[in-house]
Amino acid sequence: MIAPHLAAHDLACRRGDRVLFRGVGFALEAGQALHLAGANGIGKSSLIRILAGLMRPFAGSVERAGNVALVDERLALDPHQPLGRALAFWHAIDATVPTLDDPFGLADLADVPVRYLSTGQKKRAALARLAAAQAPIWLLDEPLNGLDTAWAARAQAAIEAHRAAGGLVVIASHQPLALAGVQTLAMADHVPAPQSDDGDGDWA
Amino acid sequence: MIARIWPIFRRDLALLLRGAQGRGGAALPLLFFLAVAMLYPFAVGPDARLLARTGAGVIWVAALLAAILPLDRLVEPDVEAGLFDQWALRGLSEEVLLMVRIVAHWISFGVPLLLAAPVAAGLLSLDAGQLALVEWGLLLGTPGLAAIGVTIAALTAGLRAGAALGGLLAIPLTVPLLIFGAGSLQPGGEGGLGLLAACSLVALAVAPFAGAAAIRAARE
Repeated sequence: MIAPHLAAHDLACRRGDRVLFRGVGFALEAGQALHLAGANGIGKSSLIRILAGLMRPFAGSVERAGNVALVDERLALDPHQPLGRALAFWHAIDATVPTLDDPFGLADLADVPVRYLSTGQKKRAALARLAAAQAPIWLLDEPLNGLDTAWAARAQAAIEAHRAAGGLVVIASHQPLALAGVQTLAMADHVPAPQSDDGDGDWA
Repeated sequence: MIARIWPIFRRDLALLLRGAQGRGGAALPLLFFLAVAMLYPFAVGPDARLLARTGAGVIWVAALLAAILPLDRLVEPDVEAGLFDQWALRGLSEEVLLMVRIVAHWISFGVPLLLAAPVAAGLLSLDAGQLALVEWGLLLGTPGLAAIGVTIAALTAGLRAGAALGGLLAIPLTVPLLIFGAGSLQPGGEGGLGLLAACSLVALAVAPFAGAAAIRAARE
């Protein structure tokens, strides 16, 4: 795996006529992890999509070396297919073979149609799809949502294993993360504050 | 590239042929097509001369409406489920993906119509010569219908009331295919087949790019 690299320079994002954030910058190398923290609607998901190259930033630029794999609220697995077949579809596209160690405990669910999976099981399936891509850069939008304590710990163990193998991770989460040496980007620091310019304090 | 496109083509085809979870399969447009051909003689009466003169046009109208039926299921569910985002992350261009989908869509609705046309021709008292012209016309015209259908499906994916809007958009765009397709059945109208093929080619050439631009624009 070539050493991945992900850097953001002075990113700004605008939705409609509202600037969600501006001045977001960081640089990540192999093995590093970044936690995007902030309240709902502050622009964590938008930032993830900009980093993935799916959305253009309003200002600034993203520098990326290495393939990207993304987990967001959309599963990208066919609901009517058994989970095993749905995951095999992505293995076929990514030309990877399923690993035997089954870190997300999905072996027993291979014959269950995706639409019958519970919220937590779906999240584990999404993480398995992510791992199947074998991409060095992981972009995770709320990867622990719906996971119970045990699976949240195992998901974070998988993230740590990915970092140890030379990957890098960006995680948007409102839950506390137990990752070693994780950097935190507080999105609230980058929200433009128009009310301080015109003296309208009601907004704060 | 081919190795990565192949599983996608197989999936597209399986979904469009068999249908699943909110998508009807190939049977629905086919039954619709045959139902129109079956009902028309009841509506205008069993006069064989009248049927033979107007039947081929009815076949074309039925084919066009059958092509519009599956529009809302062609692209929307995969945009909604995040599949197009995941493909984009893997460097697969929307143009190629839509080209694949046009082929799969054509196989799932164009080929069944070609196979069903002799039955429809029998119901509408068309003779063998007219049937041959209908078959040639459908063979040349349905790829264009598939291309227009996929483009409109991509344009309306994610819009509220996308299905209704898609139908409205499809009708004016498919009129040229209808005019040349049905026109080729008039005495001395065989030249219409050439124009029909030309319309199809233009639609096929433009569709992947227009549809891809629509999918990318919808991400913003």
